[in-house]
Amino acid sequence: MNPKLDEREARLRSFMVAAQRGDESAYATFLRELAALLRGYFRRRLTSLPDEIEDLVQDSLIAVHNKRHTYLPDQPVTAWLHAIARYKLIDLLRARSVREALHDPIDDESAEALVAAPVEQAGEARRDLMALLADLPDKQRLPIQYMKIEGLSVRETAQRTGLSESAVKVGVHRGLKLLAARIRSTQ
Amino acid sequence: MKTDELIAALARYPTPVDPARSQRTLLWAVLGGALGGLALLVGTLGLSPALRVEAASAPMFWLRLAFVASTALLGWALLRRLAQPNRSAGWPAALLGLPAAIVWLVALASLASAGAVERGSLWLGTSWLACPFRIAAYSLPAFVLLMVALRSLAPTRLRQAGAAAGLAAGAVGACVYQLYCPELAAAFIGTWYVLGMLIPAAVGAWAGPRMLRW
Repeated sequence: MNPKLDEREARLRSFMVAAQRGDESAYATFLRELAALLRGYFRRRLTSLPDEIEDLVQDSLIAVHNKRHTYLPDQPVTAWLHAIARYKLIDLLRARSVREALHDPIDDESAEALVAAPVEQAGEARRDLMALLADLPDKQRLPIQYMKIEGLSVRETAQRTGLSESAVKVGVHRGLKLLAARIRSTQ
Repeated sequence: MKTDELIAALARYPTPVDPARSQRTLLWAVLGGALGGLALLVGTLGLSPALRVEAASAPMFWLRLAFVASTALLGWALLRRLAQPNRSAGWPAALLGLPAAIVWLVALASLASAGAVERGSLWLGTSWLACPFRIAAYSLPAFVLLMVALRSLAPTRLRQAGAAAGLAAGAVGACVYQLYCPELAAAFIGTWYVLGMLIPAAVGAWAGPRMLRW
């Protein structure tokens, strides 16, 4: 194991042991960190079922909570958590009979797979879109932001931007085309 | 519900838990199952009167006891591992056949020195048909308690865990039944006792994925 994972293991273990003793703040910190780890782990394995990821994260958190008395402090906590995450993942896939969803074999992966790359927030995709949007000229960026993100009508958008209604429509159309082209080129 | 709200709800009342106590759950289930089986035996067949004097002095009585007791211990050790999410069956599974193999070595030696007619009676005794089903019946309390105990723990290999619970319960049932059973031939024990333990093991393998999911 590399030092970063060792350090994470030590921190998670001390949180877990404190949580078993009933330490509220340690437990909340532990669960937040775990949620990010689980999100990253499931996101890499459920590429064909993105809508299931957050549900599975919550399912796994509840499982960890209900089974926390089965963790023995002399064992690596990462292995214990990974086994629960893997069990929940397999349970979901079996329930849905999804076979092709597995891009990586999970039979023999090591527990490090869980702690490899945490994902802290659920909303990363949106931030990327905003970054791309920021590069567009105002007469395209503002109509898209008002109409497509904030959900205003053509008329309201025209009033806010000072553009004519037809200019708003053209701006949205051209802007979306430009955005699509940029997203394709970054992939 | 948002994940952050869930975390806040879970962390609000973190009742202290005792991992050492959860480790003893399976042991209590084995002991409770043995007591339950014993009560069942006393209430139905009763203890064998022959047991007190002649049988208990025979070496085969002690070999039989060692066989069923060591199988029960190995089954318990196996369950302790399989009740943890991240542990495999490991060494207890590898050793599980050893007691039966020793019984069969003794059985082969006694069969080799016996005549053809005698061989049949060594193997079938007088109760071969009833024996496996009685062992399965007296394993019932242990089976129920072990499955309940497993549900409170965290097995992830459900079929293996169910089969191991059935096998351990079967061995507990055999420990109970041998307090009545008049059969002392190794060939009998190596066949019908083993079959009696495999019945609950098969039931457990079937029930595991259905009853132990969490």
